[in-house]
Order: sequence, then structure tokens, then C-alpha cells
Amino acid sequence: MTLQEALFNYLLRLGDNALIQGHRLSEWCSKAPVLEEDLALTNMALDQIGAAQAFLKYAGAIENKGRSEDDLAYKRAERQFFNNLMTELPIGDFSFTIAKQLLLSSFEFFLFRGLSQSKDQTIANIAAKTLKEVHYHLAHSRDWCFRLGKGTEVSHEKLQNSVNALWMYTDELFEMGEADEVLMEAGIVFSLKEIKPKWLELVSGILDDANIALPNVDYMQTGSRKGIHTEHLGHLLSEMQFLQRAYPDASW
Amino acid sequence: MDATAVQAVFQDKIEQDLKIEPKDPMPDRYRAHLIRQISQHAHSEVIGMQPEGNWITRAPSLRAKQILLAKIQDEGGHGLYLYSTAETLGISREEMIEQLQTGKAKYSNIFNYPALTWADIGAIGWLVDGAAIVNQVALQRTSYGPYARAMFRICKEESFHQRQGYEIMANMMKGTTEQREMAQDAMNRWWWPALMMFGPHDKDSAHSGDAFKWRIKRKTNDELRQKFIDKTVQQAEVIGLTIPDPDLKWNETKQGYDHGEINWEEFKRVINGNGPCNKQRMEHHIRYHEEGAWVREAAAAYHEKFPTD
Repeated sequence: MTLQEALFNYLLRLGDNALIQGHRLSEWCSKAPVLEEDLALTNMALDQIGAAQAFLKYAGAIENKGRSEDDLAYKRAERQFFNNLMTELPIGDFSFTIAKQLLLSSFEFFLFRGLSQSKDQTIANIAAKTLKEVHYHLAHSRDWCFRLGKGTEVSHEKLQNSVNALWMYTDELFEMGEADEVLMEAGIVFSLKEIKPKWLELVSGILDDANIALPNVDYMQTGSRKGIHTEHLGHLLSEMQFLQRAYPDASW
Repeated sequence: MDATAVQAVFQDKIEQDLKIEPKDPMPDRYRAHLIRQISQHAHSEVIGMQPEGNWITRAPSLRAKQILLAKIQDEGGHGLYLYSTAETLGISREEMIEQLQTGKAKYSNIFNYPALTWADIGAIGWLVDGAAIVNQVALQRTSYGPYARAMFRICKEESFHQRQGYEIMANMMKGTTEQREMAQDAMNRWWWPALMMFGPHDKDSAHSGDAFKWRIKRKTNDELRQKFIDKTVQQAEVIGLTIPDPDLKWNETKQGYDHGEINWEEFKRVINGNGPCNKQRMEHHIRYHEEGAWVREAAAAYHEKFPTD
């Protein structure tokens, strides 16, 4: 794998994660439990789509085949996406979205803090900007974990179930492959193994404060590094890509 | 202060064109009129999130998706702002939501029409927000202080929305045959409902008398509608869209357009519950409000247990 190929692949990972998570968050529009949360969730969606735009634009530039960020978002098929499986899972109830956001935002907190030191200046810049937003996303999901975890019996049970259901997708966040090796050697990225214990410490601390038990699962699902997804991604893409696919000659 | 004294102090302020503020004395009917109008305005912002939200997940570019998300967020923000404005008159948001869901309070009739294609997102921004601005600019001079101030802020954002909607239409009119057809079709479907947004003709308007006396309202329905038509016809011509009104023509004497007959039967039918999306909009609102009840209960219980958090 050349440096260029590795960088392209890594940027798709970052861009796709933001794109798909942003898409899922945007599905909350007009459906949140209170109007304030409608605004908060779609605001996070907006942050994520912005990050996706930046990463995919840079991915297109690195690939150097004339593909724009929109080409990459709207004209790739399921097997060419590299977002983590967790991001594409349907939004579920509010506790599921909050739990998912907690797990992802705490991962992104360490990821973008590390990448903001990258030798690749473009990545460092996007990571630094994204990190500021992640602080807010993390605080938002942490506060809601406290409210749900310690609010009522019903909310506690729902949050615990959501955390349990999501846990099998957490290992994949830290999975490394050839692209990571190549880019680490060039000083562009760092080892995800380094941040896993820090992530676990942060997440388990918050969950503990929320009276939520750390799940004990014996199986971890992975696949996205190879473009192997859940069944949900295809449906998401068929909706997201509808206009671009139905009117290939049109520009909007 | 007895009712007569209240009336005298209040009317004196109105005559001097001073703003009425929340703690000022005001007649009960003025208060009730404002609660009805402002809560309806707030509900319209919130229900309006549904037809536009219908296209967020299908927006055709990352930029378009961001613009649409930001716009709907603005609408939700306006809703919050207006609910707070109404709360200064002594009604809670919960009560207003209940009035909406039981049909006691209304929302703008325009949102009972469906957003069928991407061009509808353009048409809503351009025509619906465009009509709303004309109404809201006039309301910047309304007599109730908090409402007037809310309108200043809201108008700034609405004019941005209107430009974005127009840009969608303009781009589509420069595009493929299918895109141009889509844009014209949206124009055909949204034009008349947009004209209805200004309400019945002045001679048939039920709430206007008091609203003028109290200076809540400053321009008549027909004046505002005329203003909207005159600015919009030109914008349509520039990008090659046809106004779906064969009777539309320039009137040299009044320096404005004459328009064809508005279908008031349709207006009444839709307002009374029988429009394409009335049931859908209300079911959606009630469904997600109920599905979120456990979250609101959890937040309240948490606040009770940990009041300082």
C-alpha cells in the first residue's frame, strides 16, 4: 500500500464516520423529546456533516482523480464505505442515540486530539476544529447519561440496554490495518492502541457516575475496515443518494 | 386597578405608539388575542419543521444538507423564542402544546401541504418564507414589545432562508429538463397556498377589527398579499418560472399586479382539517411528543434529585 493509498483510505474512514453519524443524527429532526433537543441533535448533525465535507474533500484531493466530496458521498456503493458499524445503526430511541454519541464522542475526543498533532497539516487543522465541536458533543451526551441513568427506573433500564447493545461495536473503533501502519511510519497518524485504555477509562467513569454497569460481552463485531457493513447501511445510502442516482446529469 | 382604569392607561399608551410590556396593564382580550396569535406563530415554526425535515436525509449535496439543517434549526429556534414570548403573557409551553394537540390552537395552514420533491424545498424557502417575511416585517412594529423584538431577530434569518430557497429554484431552472419541470411543478403547487397565507380578504377577515385598534396589526391582509405578489412575480420571471395564474396582469393605475380568484373553498376546507397533511402533521407531533415522555420524566426526576446539577 502506497502512502497515497493509505492516506486516501484513512481519510475515507474519517469522512464516512462523520457523514453517516451526521446522517443518523439528522433523522431526529422534528422527533426529539423536547424542542431544545431537536436543536441540539441537529446541531451535532451539522457539525458532523461539516467535518465529513472537509475530510472527503481532502480525500478527493489526495486520490487525485477529480472526485469531489459530493462524488465521494453520493456515488460510492456500500462496499466502498469505511465508517464504523456503530455509526450506521438506526437511531433507536433517545437513550440509544445518547449512548452511541457518548461512545463515539469519547473516542473522537482522543482521536482528534491526537490527529491535531499530525504532520499532515490539513488533517491537523480539520482535527483541531472538529475537536472543539467534540467537546460539546461529549458534554451533551455525558449530561444526558447522568439524567437518564439516574432519572427514573424506566430511563435507567433503557440506557443500560442501549449501552449493552452497542458495546459489541466498540472494539472496531480501535482496529488497525495496513493503512495505519503506513501512515504511522510517516508520522501522520498515531496508534489507536494507545488511546483505547484512555477511552475505556473515560467511558467507564461516566457510565459509573450514571449508575450504568459496564457491559460484559464475549463477542465483538467488526468489518468496516474491509467495507463489510451491517444491512442498515444500504438502506441509509439508498435514501441519501437518491437524487444523485436518479438524476445523474443534474447538478443542484 | 379596575378594568376601566386598565383600559384607559393601556389605550393611552397605544395612542402614543408606545410598546406594551409584560408587566404593563392590558385588557384581558388584548392578552388573549396575543396568546392566540403568538402561540399560533410558534406552532407554525415547529410544525413547519416536518415538511422540510422530510428532505434532510435526501438533500442532494453536502452543502444543500447543511443549509437545510441550519434552516430547520433556525425555525425550531424561532419556535422556542416565540413560545417564550407567549409565556410572558402567562401561559406555559405545556399548555400551548396541549392546545395544539387538541386542535384548540392552530398553525399556519401552509404546512398542511406536502413537500413532494426537492424543488418543494426551494419553493418553501422562496415562497413560504417569502410570504412569512412580508407578514413579519409588518409585525416588527406591533404594539406588544416582546413580540416586536422577536420579529426583528426572526426577520433577519427568514430573509436568508428566502434567498436560499430562491437559489435552489434558480439552480434547477438552469439545469436539466427534468429539473426545470420539477421546479415549475413545485411553483404550481405552492403559489396559491402561499397567497392564502395572508388570510381572507379584508372584507371577510374575522380578527382584524380589534387587532388594528390595538395596533397588533398595522397592514391589512390584502395590502400584505399585494406586496408579496409584486415582489415575487419579478423574481419568478428572472429565472423563467411561470406564475400559475392566467388572470395575473400588471395594473398601471395601482402600480401593482391584479391576480385571479383565490380558491377560498379550499382554504376553508384545509383550515378545518381536511387538507392533504393535516392528520399526518398532528399525528407526527403527538407521536413523538408521547414517545419522548419518558425522557422528559427522567430529566425532571433527575432535577428533583440533584437540583444543583
